[in-house]
Formats: sequence, C-alpha cells, structure tokens
Amino acid sequence: MTSKAYKNPGQTLLFILIALFMLSFLVIPVVKVFYVAFIDVNTGNLTLVNFLDFFNTSLFQESFFNSFYVAGMSVIVATIISLPLAYFTTRFEFKGSVIIQSLGFVPLIMPPFVGAVAMQLLFGSNGSVNLLMDEYFGFTIPFMEGLNGVIFVQSIHYFPFILINLSTSLNNIDRSMEESAQNLGSHGMRLFRRIVFPLAMPGYVAGASLVFLKVFDDLGTPLLLNVNNMLAPQAYLRISSIGIDDPMGYVIAVILVVFSLFAMWVASLALKGKDYSTVQKGGGGLAKRKMRFWEKVIAYTIVIIILLAVLSPHLGLTLLSFGSIWSYSVLPDGFTPEHYVSIFEETPEFMVNTLIYASMAATIDIILGTAIAYLVLRSKIRFRHWLDYTAMAALAVPGLVLGIGYLRTFLGMSIPFGDMPLATWWVMLVIALSIRRLPYALRACTSALHQVSRSLEEAAENLGANKTKTIYRIVVPLMSGGILAGFVTSFATAAVELSATIMLVSSESDAPLSYGIYVYMQSAAGRGAGAALGMVAVVIVATGTYFSHRIIEKGRRERSLENNS
Amino acid sequence: MKITFKSLLAISIMTASLSLHAMENKLIVVTSFPKDLTKEFKSAFEKKNPGLQIEMLKKKTTAGIKYIQETASNNTSDLFWASAPDAFEVLKGDKLLAKYTSSAKGIPEKVGSYPINDPDGYYTGFAAAGYGIMWNTRYLKAKNIPVPAQWEDLTKAVYHNHVGMSAPSRSGTTHLTVEALLQGDGWDKGWAKWKEIAGNFNTVTARSFGVPDGVNSGSFGVGIVIDFFGLSSKGSGFPVDFTYPKTTALVPANIGLLNNAPHPQAAKAFIDFLLSDEGQSILLDKKIRRLPVNPETYAKAPAGFPNPFKDSSIGAAVNFDVILSKSRYNLVNSLFDVMITYRMDDLREATKAIQDAEAANGDSKMITQAKALIAAMPITEAEAADPEFAKIFKKKRKKATDKVTGRQAEVEQQWDTIVKANYAKALELANKSH
Repeated sequence: MTSKAYKNPGQTLLFILIALFMLSFLVIPVVKVFYVAFIDVNTGNLTLVNFLDFFNTSLFQESFFNSFYVAGMSVIVATIISLPLAYFTTRFEFKGSVIIQSLGFVPLIMPPFVGAVAMQLLFGSNGSVNLLMDEYFGFTIPFMEGLNGVIFVQSIHYFPFILINLSTSLNNIDRSMEESAQNLGSHGMRLFRRIVFPLAMPGYVAGASLVFLKVFDDLGTPLLLNVNNMLAPQAYLRISSIGIDDPMGYVIAVILVVFSLFAMWVASLALKGKDYSTVQKGGGGLAKRKMRFWEKVIAYTIVIIILLAVLSPHLGLTLLSFGSIWSYSVLPDGFTPEHYVSIFEETPEFMVNTLIYASMAATIDIILGTAIAYLVLRSKIRFRHWLDYTAMAALAVPGLVLGIGYLRTFLGMSIPFGDMPLATWWVMLVIALSIRRLPYALRACTSALHQVSRSLEEAAENLGANKTKTIYRIVVPLMSGGILAGFVTSFATAAVELSATIMLVSSESDAPLSYGIYVYMQSAAGRGAGAALGMVAVVIVATGTYFSHRIIEKGRRERSLENNS
Repeated sequence: MKITFKSLLAISIMTASLSLHAMENKLIVVTSFPKDLTKEFKSAFEKKNPGLQIEMLKKKTTAGIKYIQETASNNTSDLFWASAPDAFEVLKGDKLLAKYTSSAKGIPEKVGSYPINDPDGYYTGFAAAGYGIMWNTRYLKAKNIPVPAQWEDLTKAVYHNHVGMSAPSRSGTTHLTVEALLQGDGWDKGWAKWKEIAGNFNTVTARSFGVPDGVNSGSFGVGIVIDFFGLSSKGSGFPVDFTYPKTTALVPANIGLLNNAPHPQAAKAFIDFLLSDEGQSILLDKKIRRLPVNPETYAKAPAGFPNPFKDSSIGAAVNFDVILSKSRYNLVNSLFDVMITYRMDDLREATKAIQDAEAANGDSKMITQAKALIAAMPITEAEAADPEFAKIFKKKRKKATDKVTGRQAEVEQQWDTIVKANYAKALELANKSH
C-alpha cells in the first residue's frame, strides 16, 4: 500500500495545500502570540519559569480544577439531555422528529452572552422562576450560582454537538446488525447497550469530545456569569487587563491547547482498533417501530420537559425582545414591536454580512473537513494525522488570541489590489471564522467517513473508476449527511462567533450580527434591540437548519427508493 | 440691506462648500461608547456635513488601545473616543496621538477637581462622569432595604449579598473609583472600606456594563457604577435611581486625534462639533445622560439633573492625584483582584460571620480582631509607592537591557497566601466570638 502514496500526486498536492493554509492562518499567528509565554519578562530570554509560576499559583490550580470539573459535568448533563432525544427520533416512528432535531439544534446558534442574559432573567436568583417559587413556595433554587450556573448554561448550549453526531451515527447504523441481534434474542436495553450504542460510538465520542473541549475553553459564558476562577476567563482577564505582554495569559493559552490536544488523543485512543464502518448505507438507520400508547406518553413527557429546558434561553430572549421594561418581575411590564422596527431601520447590513460570512466560512470548512478526513482515513501520506491534530487544535485557541495573532501577522501586508492592511480586510474575518469552526465540520466529516466502508470504494475502483471519480460519486454522497451536519454546525456557530470577530472587525459596515448584538447589549436602552437582533440570528439559522434537514431526508428517501427498486 | 444679506448668504454658502471640499468625506472613529451615544452624534454630524460618512468602530477601551497600537504602522483610524483618561495617557505615552486644541469657547479648565483637557493638548474632554451608587427601586422595596447614600452605607449588614461592582482591572473608570476612595480616605483606611463593602458583594462582574445590567434586571439590588449608566438606565425607563456619594472623583470622557490620521480635517471638525453648543446638548438625550463640560448647556437639562458646576459637593471632596494614580495603576488593580475578585467567596463568608457575630453581640475584642484581619494589607503604602516594586507590574520592558526583579505571578501568589490565611482566621474568630 505504501507505494500507493507515490502513485497519488493529487493527494500529496492536496496535503501540501491544506498544510500551507493551516500553517499561514492558524499555526503562525498562534505561534506569534504563544511565543510570549516562553519569554522571561525580566531578561527577555527564553524560559520555562512562567510555567513554574502557573503551577505554583493556587488561583491557577483552582482554575484548572474548576475548568476540568465544569467540562466533565457538562458532558454528563449534555449526554443526559441528548440520549433520549436521539434515541426517540431514530428508533421510533415519532412524529415531530424533524422538529426535535431542528429545535434541539437551536441552542447552538445563541450567542453565549445573549443566552446568559436570557437565562439570568428566567433562572437567576431573582429571575422569573425563582420569583414565582419564592411567592408560592417560599424558597428559591440557585440554578445560576457559580460553577453550577456555568454547567447548566453550557450543557444546554452545547448538547446539540452530541445530539447531532449521535443521531447521524444512529441513522447510519446498518439495520441488519440490529436485526441479527434481535434474531439472536437480544432486545430492549440490552440491544441498545450491546449493539446500538457501541455502533454509534464514533458519533458519541466525537460529540462528547467537542462538548468537553468547547466548555473547557469557552470564555463567554463564565465571563457573563461572573465566574472568574476558570482557565479561559483567567487567560482573557490576564491578557486584557494586565496587558498584552503579560506572560501568564499566554501560558494559560498554551496549557489550554496542550490539554485539549491531550483530550483529543484520549478520544482517538477510545476509538482505536475498532471498525465501525458498515457496508450498507441506503435506507440504513435503526429499524423504526411504532410506540405503544404508554410509551408515547412517557416519550412525549420526557421530550417536552427537555425541550422546555433547552429552549428556555430562546423563550427568555423572545420576551426580552418584545418586552418594554423587564426588571425584578416575572414578565416584562409591557410588550412592544419597537425593538424590531429599530433594528430593521438601523442595521440591516449586520444580517446580510452574517449570511455572507457564515456561509463562506462553512463552505471552506466542509471542503477542508472532507479533504482532511479523506487524507487522514484513506491516504498513506506521512504526517497526515498532523492535519487533523492541527485543525482540531483550533478548538483550543481562544478567539481573542487568534484575533491578536492575525493582527500581528497580517497587518504589515496589504490586500491584493488595494492599500488596506490585510488584517482588517473582511475576508480575513471569514478565514478566521472558518479556522475557528473547522473542528466542528472536521469531526462531522470524519465520523461520517468512518462509517463508509472502504470496500465500497474498492468495489468502485475495481469497476474502473479512478480516485477522483470514486470520491465524487461514492465517498462524498455517502458522507453527505455528515457533511451537511458539519456545514450547519459551522454555519450556525460562525454566525454567532464573537471573540475573534471583535478583534478583527474594522468598520461597522463590515460587521456581522454577533458584533451588532454585542454593541447593542452594552447600553441600558439597547438590551431589547440586542435581543431582537439575537432573535433574527436564531430565526435565520433555524430556517437554514430546517431546510438542510429536509434536503438530507429527501436525499435519503430517494436513495432508499433506488435501493429498493 | 436685502442685497447685502443675500450676498452674505451666498458668500457663506460658497465658503461652506469650499471648506466642504477641503474636508474629507470619511471619518473613522474608534470608540468604546455605546450605540445610543454614538448614533446621535453620528447622525447630527453627518446632517451638518452632507456627503461625509462616519464609521464608528466599537471596541472595549482595552481592545481599542490594542487595536490602535497594533495597527499604528498602517493607521486607518482618525479618532479615539472613550472615557478613561488613562487610556489616552497610554496612547500618548506610545506617541500615537497628535496635538489638537479646539477653538470652542466657554469650557472651563476643571470639572470637580479634575482638569478637563490634557495639559499637553493631546486629548480633549467633552463630557464629565463620576462614580456613584445605583439601585433598583423594586428590588429594594421587595426586600425592605433602605436606599443607600454614601459608600459607608454599603458596609452595613443589611446590604449583604445585594451589591455588585466591576473589577478595576476590567474598566478604567472603576479603577478611578477605587483610587478615588484610596486617595480620599488614605491607603489603609481606603482599602479597609473597600473590603468591608466587597464583603457585601453579590458579584464582581467581568464587564463594567455587567453592573447596570444586573441592577436593571434585578439580579442584585445595588450597583457601584459610573453616573451615565445609572442616569441613562433611568432615562430608558428602568425602575432604578442613582446618587453621588461624597467621596467621588469627576473625570472627563475624552476624544483624541490619532497620529497620521487619514482624514484630519473631518476629525478636527468632529472634535469642534462635540464641544459646540449643539454637540454638548446631545449629551442630555435621555438614553445618553452624560454631564456636559460647557456649564451653559445645563440650562437645557431636565429637572434633577446633576450639575457639577453649580453643586460643588459633586466630585470636589477628592483632590485627585493623576500622577500617583498612574504610578500604581496596575498594582492597585492586581491587589483588588487578589484580595477581592478572586477571593470573593472567602471574603463574603468571613464578612457574613462578622456581621452575624455583631448582631448576636459576640465578644467585641474578637470581632475587632477579625475585622482587623480582613482589613490587613499584604503590602504597605510605602512599599506600593516604591517605583522599583511597581516596576514588576509595568506592562513592558522599554528596552531589552532593562531588568526587573520579581515576577507579577510570583508576587500575587505571595499576597494570595497571606490574604487567604487572614480571611480564614477572621472567619474562625468571628464564629468563636458568640
């Protein structure tokens, strides 16, 4: 097989191109920033003393532990939320599956600071729920206090990663596996535990590791809930308050990256040596069966409770966007459409920019994601895994650091055919977004390719198709579900990215929605308008998600018809 | 007469259009101000100068400074427009500002005890702001809490867990409040008072806007905020109110022309506009509510609007020493974070125990001891003023040959150990006293 690498100049060229892209837009900018972590502030020499300081500081030790704890707990809570949703929608003839999967996805598209504002108003110590409980029962529940608040918000925010990947995996499981197990007498929980869940493992691990990493280095949520004793807020606070030359912020950033790489490695170990691919694809997915009446009741109850919790930020945001004044009361004092009127009058460009940027970034992401997944799983190029690792490391790079890195790297250069600095050109914003969101698309594409059996490609090649044709006609169509899931995840999360955006936006006419929301939310009178803008973001991405779902479903039906005929 | 008037008009139109030609049709402003403020100035100035377009780049003050520093080699921005004077000092120190003195008349030299303009002429004050106390009227009524008036009030047990503030390291204006009290009451007494107030904190917010936001939504009842946050929240209809305590410093919010600005004429015209009668009046808008620097503009202000040029009690109690503040800027921020922000839970718990002990009439000697432990400082004022020591907290070595001994993280860890032990001991003593 090794000789094949040499026979594939196409693959090698692809590898080099992607490597160059990653090098210029991720590695170099980040290294330029990370360099500071290894500088002795007193002498300017290279040193490791800053890392020693890190491990000797009790605040940082505490932050490290807290970040770890919050990330782990969030994975557990997110799993509890997504398991029933994924299971019900893939295993049963369940009306409203599309709604669950679309609505279940919606939390991701909420900018974290907006979500936290809405959650505070509903679940905060004097939020609607606690005011009601205090009035009728005389006690309150501290949902939003300290680390619990972060775990609560994070699991609601990020569980879709697990839901999407797990559902895709469940949908791709070869039905015959389940049928064989049933023929051999297995059913119910045992069937799920022994056959279904293990087969869905790649999707689950992909989703769970994303949740873990995302929570581990998320900045917005702890910052908004004023929880400072975690790693990412510490890094941000150090860099933005002590100054760009303070080494500790960068030391933390380095540690975040290293630790995230370690977590990725552990996740890949968990999957190592196991073959999850299935031969049959079309019409796959678990055999769906009808629910009995009482099963339906239980299922609906669980789903409704979960969806209520999961959609509560949106409920809060809706109230906020239509409310006049909302202060220390269960509901706003009055309702008015004026916030919507003002945003459509003042800032239509935010919406247009967001659509352009997020769809461009997501397109770049799925192209890169598919290519990297293919190179990693199918080629024999040496160092191919490094593409994967590097792309995934983007997950651990705080947006602020990437933004500063871009300013440092590209400011001296001018855009082609112009005299503007490259760093403040809007295209750089698109590239920064695509780098930041590449890991999502890559995980989705990789897990999709994991499930495409190599024998199908070999069959195509035996029948005379060349590599390109095989990829185009066999691999990509079979991966389509995963690719689309990747596109939607990247698109939706890019649409609400803020931390790199805020560093790179150089003029309001180039600014996306998230920036607009941030700007509105910085003044007392702007809270309603910011919420209205947030609702617009939610609606845009929810519509996009719904339609892509329709497309996947349609494609799947058509293919299964072809198979059956 | 008619002819002369017409010809005058014609001439003035001609000169106006001439000056329009001289002025660029674009203006790029880096600002930390909220949209409610920039929107009004933008539309008024664009209306006055047809064909001119203003780009408002909104960045947090610290991010704005960084943006200007990083883009200095290829500058595309004209003006920096933000609150904290120290931010302008940083830019001035980096030689990123250009001198400009507006021809606007009627602006006094000082507001409160703070000079309005940079004495070297690199930046210009256009509005004044001071720190004070903001509260949610519904919250206080529901929980039966009295309305606070002075900083001392916030140390009372009745406010425990009801107060919010932003960390001084997060916002330049918060730093001014902390420093104003330190200068007004002295180093040890000032810090002791801050820690007593902080013992009642519900939260230390990471963003300065987090405080008015929390008070507006009722997450906590009382906030230590800059005046326009309180006044504009009230103006927007929230059930909140605001007052200046006696010990507060009024400081100007500023605008400065950047070096190598691509549109200098438009930039200068904008500064003049800010200081004109029309520009100053915009500050009174109910969503803006900042204190104009032109005393005459106050004639148009709504009833009850504070006027520092008439009411000499606002901002006069502290003779603010900018040099002293600057010399220990990062050190004070770091101390606040070590003693308060990152040890919030320990401090709150110890304070609660002391308040309970006092309510239960516990052993007064032990309570005093516990209070002294909380007030104890890890370093003295003299140590803090030592320029050698302060160097550890300097952002930059100016030259590669500069040497500093000690590292910030190392020093902070030493302080943290002392502070944590003190709070734990105070808690133990307070619990034992009754």
